[in-house]
Amino acid sequence: MFGLDKKDTTLLLIVAVLTMFAPFILNPFPAGSGMAQFNAGYPDLMQRFVIFGIFAIGFNILFGLTGYLSFGHAAFLGVGSYSAVWMFKLLSMNVIPAIILSVIVAGVFALIIGFVSLRRSGIYFSILTLAFAQMSFALAYSVLTPITNGETGLQLSLSDPRILGTSVSADGGIPVTSLFGIEMRSTAEMQLGPWLFQFNAGYYLCAVLMLVAFYLAIRIFRSPFGLMLRAVKSNQQRMNYTGLNARPYTLAAFVISGMYAGLAGGLLASMDPLAGAERMQWTASGEVVLMTILGGAGTLIGPVLGAGFIKYFENIFSKINDNVLHSWFAFMPDGLEDLMVTIVHPFVGKGWSLTLGLMFMAVVIFLPGGLVEGGQKIGKMFRRKKAVDGTPSAAKTPAE
Amino acid sequence: MGILEVKDVNKRFGGLQALGNVNLSVADNTVHAIIGPNGAGKSTLLNCLVGKLIPDTGSVMFDGQSVLGRKPYEINQMGISRVFQTPEIFGDLTVMENMMIPCLARRDGSFRMHALASVFSEKALRARAEEMLAEVKMLDKRDMHAASMSRGDKRRLEMAMCLVQEPRLLLLDEPTAGMARADTNNTIDLLKDIKARGNITMCIIEHDMHVVFSLADRITVLAQGTPLVEDTPANIKGHPKVREAYLGESA
Repeated sequence: MFGLDKKDTTLLLIVAVLTMFAPFILNPFPAGSGMAQFNAGYPDLMQRFVIFGIFAIGFNILFGLTGYLSFGHAAFLGVGSYSAVWMFKLLSMNVIPAIILSVIVAGVFALIIGFVSLRRSGIYFSILTLAFAQMSFALAYSVLTPITNGETGLQLSLSDPRILGTSVSADGGIPVTSLFGIEMRSTAEMQLGPWLFQFNAGYYLCAVLMLVAFYLAIRIFRSPFGLMLRAVKSNQQRMNYTGLNARPYTLAAFVISGMYAGLAGGLLASMDPLAGAERMQWTASGEVVLMTILGGAGTLIGPVLGAGFIKYFENIFSKINDNVLHSWFAFMPDGLEDLMVTIVHPFVGKGWSLTLGLMFMAVVIFLPGGLVEGGQKIGKMFRRKKAVDGTPSAAKTPAE
Repeated sequence: MGILEVKDVNKRFGGLQALGNVNLSVADNTVHAIIGPNGAGKSTLLNCLVGKLIPDTGSVMFDGQSVLGRKPYEINQMGISRVFQTPEIFGDLTVMENMMIPCLARRDGSFRMHALASVFSEKALRARAEEMLAEVKMLDKRDMHAASMSRGDKRRLEMAMCLVQEPRLLLLDEPTAGMARADTNNTIDLLKDIKARGNITMCIIEHDMHVVFSLADRITVLAQGTPLVEDTPANIKGHPKVREAYLGESA
């Protein structure tokens, strides 16, 4: 189906079902119950899952296929956000032109940075991209204040010219982003017994775009172009002597992944129309590297998993404060309760990144292929068990 | 005039004269071997032919066109393929994917943005790749990871990758270096088959005299960056100067 083989179609359909039913899947606990804080099915976080999923899918096209580790991808995300907000200020509150512009501007930006950075490979390439991203960040923060509004960040105001649309909405406020009249923030709620499910228009727009982005990534992975990108990673010498010019291939991959980042940035601004320079900072660039490696670089689904994982930690673990911990350990005697809270305290709340760091280390050390490799190992374990049950002779073969 | 004409090529590395006035003419559809002791400049010469190095002076003409100043991928597109001393293959890919890359390069040129097509739907190229794999007796290994194969298999895969491009000139840099006797003999047989198919010129750099004398039509002996003699294998064997310079025997 859609020009994909059976396995890829299945994968695409699974991802489609998961994203479409995410409001249910991510809300397994009844609202108001003690576990409700682990629910991730609220619009803001779900949007982040899929937007950063797009970002990581794009990054994986560059890093996973060609092996070129860019440390400056957040620059494209930031450029995409700024472009989108400017589109909202000047043209219309419809998200479509904003998203299109952010993809184009990020693509052009990636073409320029890629053209210079791809003259080097390995660590030098990483440093060059990092330098460019930090340069963009510094410019956005200071010199380019007329365009980026400096440290305050670019926001909508009541005096925006907005050619197609009104500067002020009917109720006197700033108009909200919409898709042909459907407001991005509009959310339908569904009460099912104690459960509360939220269906947000903005989330579904992001989810559909992520599915398109994912589908395109699968096509690229399976195409002759994708094969050439893997050849770049594997052996550039042989590639050269096989009559292939590696430069345009890597540059094309760089621009494509820059456009994915621009799309993600445009969507971030479409969901919440503001853009700040910190979106371009090196920590943001590092985050997408972590997502891709955590999920499994070079795999199709890995980056999406990694993005979801990190965003879940960032938003859910960071909310567990001492009060919550005390309520968890309340059944223990007082002294023991305090001790447990003291032990767990550094790993949750503000210390969520410590837990994430430990998990990242564990994954890199024990599962170099990321979470996807973990999934495969578990899958293999089950299959082997089945084989052992079915044919007794198989039990004699040594494990790996 | 030969398909490959090297004229007055000089190459210095600092104080070392790696190549001094090298003249070489490789005739069409022959196997030309270049032999010489270590440091004779064989590999330097080869690197000058494929665009990795640019000679200080002199000219290198392939089929009437100069190769100097061209990038390795451009030279390959002209019809020169190269087999390396240690097999250079795409280790992360399967054998079949390894074969598809030269097939695609041959059809699409040095760059083509073929991002939404599928490798699996390239039926004609796949058939061509499989045919070539069958020819080097590796069809059963088509789905293997290239890096996990033995060195002999890697070498055969590399040759298959070069041959599937149907080059006019195949350059081989010590194709049997570090191989067991059996693998060496297999390689010789393979090269003989290739030669028998015709329409290909081969230029071999080799240490193993057994390989050289069983394949070459003509032999050039290099010593200290300069061609000593060029002749048929039979004449080279008995040449006193060669015995002295290369075989290390006193005449």
